[in-house]
Amino acid sequence: MSLLIKGADLAGAGAGDLLVRDGVIVEAGAVSVPADAEVIDADGLVALPGLVDLHTHLREPGREDAETIASGSAAAAVGGYTAVLAMANTSPVTDTAEAAERVAELGQRAGLVDVQPVGAVTKGLAGEELAELGLMARSRARVRVFSDDGRCVADARVMRRALEYVKAFGGVVSQHSQDPRLAGPDACCHEGELSGRLGLPGWPAVAEESIVARDVMLARHTGSRVHVAHASTAGTVEVLRWAKAQGIAVTAEVTPHHLVLTTDLLAGYDPTFKVNPPLRPAEDVEALREALADGTIDAVATDHAPHARHDKEHAFVDAAFGMLGLETALSVVSDVMVRSGRLDWAGVARVMSVSPARIAGLTGHGRPLAVGEPANLTLVDPDATVTIDRQASHSLSRNNPWHGRTLTGAVHGTVLRGRPTVLKGALA
Amino acid sequence: MRHLLSMRDLDRDGVLSILDTAASMHDVQRREVKKLPTLRGRTVVNLFFEDSTRTRSSFEIAGKWLSADVINISGKGSSTSKGESLRDTVLTVAAMGVDGLVIRHGASGAAAQVSQWVDAVVVNAGDGTHEHPTQALLDAYTMRQRLGDLEGRHVAIVGDLTHSRVLRSNLICLRTLGARVTVVAPPTLMPSGIATWAATDGFETAYDLDEVLPHVDAVMMLRVQRERMSGGYFPTAREYTVGYGLTRERLARLPEHAVICHPGPMNRGLEIAADAADAAQSLILDQVSAGVAVRMSVLYHLLASSGAGTAEGSVA
Repeated sequence: MSLLIKGADLAGAGAGDLLVRDGVIVEAGAVSVPADAEVIDADGLVALPGLVDLHTHLREPGREDAETIASGSAAAAVGGYTAVLAMANTSPVTDTAEAAERVAELGQRAGLVDVQPVGAVTKGLAGEELAELGLMARSRARVRVFSDDGRCVADARVMRRALEYVKAFGGVVSQHSQDPRLAGPDACCHEGELSGRLGLPGWPAVAEESIVARDVMLARHTGSRVHVAHASTAGTVEVLRWAKAQGIAVTAEVTPHHLVLTTDLLAGYDPTFKVNPPLRPAEDVEALREALADGTIDAVATDHAPHARHDKEHAFVDAAFGMLGLETALSVVSDVMVRSGRLDWAGVARVMSVSPARIAGLTGHGRPLAVGEPANLTLVDPDATVTIDRQASHSLSRNNPWHGRTLTGAVHGTVLRGRPTVLKGALA
Repeated sequence: MRHLLSMRDLDRDGVLSILDTAASMHDVQRREVKKLPTLRGRTVVNLFFEDSTRTRSSFEIAGKWLSADVINISGKGSSTSKGESLRDTVLTVAAMGVDGLVIRHGASGAAAQVSQWVDAVVVNAGDGTHEHPTQALLDAYTMRQRLGDLEGRHVAIVGDLTHSRVLRSNLICLRTLGARVTVVAPPTLMPSGIATWAATDGFETAYDLDEVLPHVDAVMMLRVQRERMSGGYFPTAREYTVGYGLTRERLARLPEHAVICHPGPMNRGLEIAADAADAAQSLILDQVSAGVAVRMSVLYHLLASSGAGTAEGSVA
């Protein structure tokens, strides 16, 4: 059995067919239809290497009422993803080889995307002692990305040791950059005029920027790789630009919501828009778009953070942080970056597949759409308009900030190792 | 006006309407028999997730003098402290047939959020560090009693601005009434973005109390929340008092006609000297007394007849 994708625009490089057999692209260009082939008519669609999300919260184990690895995998596939990195802040925390292997195994069982566990940097995310980074790296889960996401590795000495240690196995530390001492424990939004008016305790932008600055210097000192998770401020962009110009091994991601949504949305105290790092003012959003377009920011990552309804129905400061993102990321990037001409589809492939896979060390993803390469790919209808409905979700949660918005560009299909997981926007 | 969540819910006529009605209510307060039948058959719940003897009692008396059935529910030991969501807690209370919900909560925005979940009229009795609209109304009422129309009058608000809901409501209320406002605090206790905020809303900021005091018609001292002192907002209580306290020396430099307000509870000797708190210009006890009348007026405007906007005067 083979799969023929007919007439797709190959990442913006002109139309062509792709013939897939045994999970591998075996022919490209003008391909005649083999007798046994399942054919996807991709006329008018753009084919991208399968999307890779560097930053997903799947909530299993511990909060399976909000999301399971299976439900999150379904949401990811529908969103065009073929691989996701599952963050470590589950309960229990993914800070051992066994925990990491269990996550990977549940991902394989769901079978819709490759679920690659992220290991905690420190035991229990406590920020004090290194977790068993080496054992996680050498486990069957082959962990390469380590993060205490949700918390910053604030202790410079611990961060230094982590950066040094992961060099042994080509790992990378993904940092939630946020100095906890520069804001109180109740901080819940961007610190600025609006937080002043609303009486909400905020994080100043410098809480993020100072950690990013420190970490790039630590990366230079250790000769290791650091990754800045969910960059959110113009100041962070400036530091990244400087660090990259110095040749320091730093990479960074931005979320779809930080590319569009601004702190003004908090005026009504709607916890749907409560996210960590917080939504920032328009000038930060503009700086992030520019940085993504020019390569200062390497990747788009969703920070998909599902929450049960009752965890959001509290007073704003008490409500949970986070918003959904897997199913809408491609549409948001298409709408804000492609339509405006800031990125072409090859650029989208770079920031949503090629770079994330490279950063995460995933060798089977983010590959060119060429003969001999694994057939992980995403088909996008660039002209489709979608109105986001929070009820129409494969996630178990409904904290969708895009509800009611109409976006241009939608995932049509997803193929994982030659097998369609999504066709015409629905699970295959 | 369906709810009173923020002073932004009221325009100038709305504020004046509430203050005028409060004057009538104040007269009632001085009668031997204080009860009016206005809210007979109405049920008002004081849902206080945060301790507040003063505000809760004031709302309770106001409701009772208007003949409403008033029930107090304390947040301590409430369902939310046992893990229930705020929405589920207030829906449970509202399902008991409540007409008015007076809510005090330690989180900014809580009252506004609650108003989206229930049919009852919601009055914000203080939400975190956001607003405390009835406090602002009673402050304005008290100042007007002594100073007359506040249009063009100069009010200084001094102290821990960052953490003060009284500040935020008073700023809006006083500017709505045409007063000139200067806020005074050390830079560490100024809310973030205050420069932009001041430019938009037309008030002034200052760090030097002594430069401002000689030019004011009223000075409102805000409570220093002692728990903030460990946050490094200022070095010591002594230094704070020297810089920003209404000391005996500063009292002497206050214009003779100027009045002194404080929303209470006071830290005597810290932000306000005993001499100032007890001075002839002090309106601090008048504020407390006015609290009941103003809250009667607010409940009347929101709950009398069919509820919204049925009282005399125009309400936004």
